[in-house]
Amino acid sequence: MDNVAAIGQRPAHEEPHEQPGFLRRYIFSLDHKVIGIQYAVTGLLFLLFGFTLMMIMRYQLAYPMTPVPLVGNLLSPANAAGGVLLPEFYNQLGAMHGTVMIFLGVVPLAIGGFGNYLIPLQIGASDMAFPKLNLMSYWVYVAGGLVMVATFFVPGGSAQSGWTSYPPLSVIASAGQTWWLIGMVLLITSSLLGSINFIVTIVQLRAPGLTWMRLPFLVWAQLGASFLLLLAFPPLEAAGVLQLMDRVAGTSFFLPSGLVVSNRLMTTMTGTAADGLASGGGNPLLWQHLFWFLAHPEVYVLILPAMGIVGEIVANNARRPLWGYRHMVYSVGFLSFMSMVVWAHHMYITGMGTTLAAFFQTTTMIISIPSIVILTSLLMTLWGASIRFTVPMLFALAFMPMFGIGGLTGLPLGLAPSDIHLHDTYYVIGHFHYVVAPGTIFALFAGVYYWFPKVTGRRMNDVLGHVHFWGSFICMNVIFMPMFIQGLGGMNRRLYDGGAMYLHNAELLKWNVVIGIAAWTLGLFQVPFIVNFFTSIRWGRPADRNPWEATTLEWAAPSPPGHGNFDTTPAVYRGPYEYSVPGARRDFSPQSEQEPA
Amino acid sequence: MQIPYTVETRPDTGLYNAKLGIWLFLASEVMLFAGLFSSYILLRTGSVAWPRHMLPVGLATLNTAILIASSMTMVMAWAALRMNNWARHRVFLGLTVLLGLVFLGIKLTEYREHIAAGELPSRDTFFAIYYTLTAVHALHIVGGLIVMLYFLGPGSRLWAQRPEQFTNRIESIGLYWHFVDFMWIFIFPLLYLL
Repeated sequence: MDNVAAIGQRPAHEEPHEQPGFLRRYIFSLDHKVIGIQYAVTGLLFLLFGFTLMMIMRYQLAYPMTPVPLVGNLLSPANAAGGVLLPEFYNQLGAMHGTVMIFLGVVPLAIGGFGNYLIPLQIGASDMAFPKLNLMSYWVYVAGGLVMVATFFVPGGSAQSGWTSYPPLSVIASAGQTWWLIGMVLLITSSLLGSINFIVTIVQLRAPGLTWMRLPFLVWAQLGASFLLLLAFPPLEAAGVLQLMDRVAGTSFFLPSGLVVSNRLMTTMTGTAADGLASGGGNPLLWQHLFWFLAHPEVYVLILPAMGIVGEIVANNARRPLWGYRHMVYSVGFLSFMSMVVWAHHMYITGMGTTLAAFFQTTTMIISIPSIVILTSLLMTLWGASIRFTVPMLFALAFMPMFGIGGLTGLPLGLAPSDIHLHDTYYVIGHFHYVVAPGTIFALFAGVYYWFPKVTGRRMNDVLGHVHFWGSFICMNVIFMPMFIQGLGGMNRRLYDGGAMYLHNAELLKWNVVIGIAAWTLGLFQVPFIVNFFTSIRWGRPADRNPWEATTLEWAAPSPPGHGNFDTTPAVYRGPYEYSVPGARRDFSPQSEQEPA
Repeated sequence: MQIPYTVETRPDTGLYNAKLGIWLFLASEVMLFAGLFSSYILLRTGSVAWPRHMLPVGLATLNTAILIASSMTMVMAWAALRMNNWARHRVFLGLTVLLGLVFLGIKLTEYREHIAAGELPSRDTFFAIYYTLTAVHALHIVGGLIVMLYFLGPGSRLWAQRPEQFTNRIESIGLYWHFVDFMWIFIFPLLYLL
């Protein structure tokens, strides 16, 4: 009960000030913690939305041309005739599943949510360097998200050229694509504002004594990811502007000469592609280069914060320092840099020369090294430890083999000879989903369970947590493992009927049913998480400042931290992971405590 | 609650927050223009014939001179604040805004003549990239002008309360303004001369 009082309690050092109104406190707050929670909750909602799109698609794949139960009748006849998905709508669901999951779900949760909430706390700052930019970044993200969702309601439906939006298809697509581009420009603006804020905060607002090599690994990971967002996103913005020009002003940046659409040669000098008019002379590959120049670093934007979260949780629950912390930090830097020079490994089938392919194959093999260093360090941290199998730790432990499978299956895709066979098959889908779904999203779940007591002052329920974990863990593998079989058998992605039209897929179609059932079951296993999340806010077991007996600075602040975060500005006396120090009274020595306790 | 290093520099990094922020922003702007310049190169090297001497070099040379002059007045506006000379600062910041407006005026005249001659973005990839590059650049000029007008108007009240912070703000917008000029130094030869 005393915890309820603690929520309203404010730090003693704070000068008296006017209590802001409801809007300023909860909706348009400048407090990084409120903005972080807003980002996280919005991100989680978008994850659920994107997952729902996929669950609808999976019905069409498992049972082609049969009415979708439950939601089929709710969809408009323009999208689903008699409850059966139309091919155009299937394409929209596919394009928007990717867009929503990456740009509206995972990145806002991992960077906007965890980054905003934790970076100032972990570096001992009272807030971000630019609170107003922070507020703006969140609302620009919301605007971008709303534009993206609204594309479903424009004539012709949403974007339907895949999340990659390759031209010429995307240039001649219906109006939804134009709004998709506008939504992307908003999201890019939001992440630009956010990344500047994160980098400045980490460089400038570290507490006294918090030297670079005393930063928690998560802060390093967020710093690397922020640099990627800052430098890799603008070329996609440039590409988005060019594609917008192609669609609106009738330019031909991405339309080659002699392009034939619906048996019509597009030759006339002026007019837009929608009217069948284009000057030509453009290059569709230009889009692919600019797109993947962002989209490969984006993969590391997705994985770096996940690695950071897992690092924190593994050290805490293994009660050991992170093994090879320095090498992990250097790996983050090297990974961030290298991720900028591997992009064309997504483009081996475009007919690039062997010299160029050799360069990108080499860089792709090199970039696997820092990932392996980080993963190995995490594994070595477990060596000989007496591990606490808490719910966050289960998710963090599952992250390692899942990310390992995702990473290792990526190697054949990084080599041109094997990639040419596997390109655009379900093998690719299986590969990157292992990285992002049971990889990154498990790490994000781990983070939610781990920092929930800090954010709310209460713990989440362990039993529901175990149900959520084991159910999700099994379903994820039943979903994505068969995709490797399908892909190696030659089944292509983005097929409306799941590949039934091709004879060579006959043996592979049965897996579509298995995957579908596992996907819907995975949906059911998220119910305990949702219930747990909301009931624990009110009825969870109260937690004190440091329920996990952790060492980093955020645990020195009250749970939840008041406005201004810390009772007094913390000073830092030691590295981030001093667990089980020989001779110490306890098995953890917090960064902010002067003498070994 | 006070956020540290908004005005004074942090000793170990030698920076105040906004200065690092504006440099990071400019780094991302470099990547934006790099994407557009790369597109220019790829389109030009991939084209059968690239139109040359389609644009009025005289007007663009004048515009180049105007932008360089505005960069100089921008520095003077900042230097005046460092010397605590408020009246001088107002004059030079006003001049910078004026030069920016003249640049935009000349740019619009160019656009109008092209449009009158039927040289629209949809004509060929040369005009496509010409309009895109110069319009993105002109939007940056407009953005800079809005911020400077703010500092001439309601934003100038900060000088009376916190002169040092106001000087920092003028330094930041100055860095941005120089960057926008610098991009023009690349755009001018690429489109008009080469």
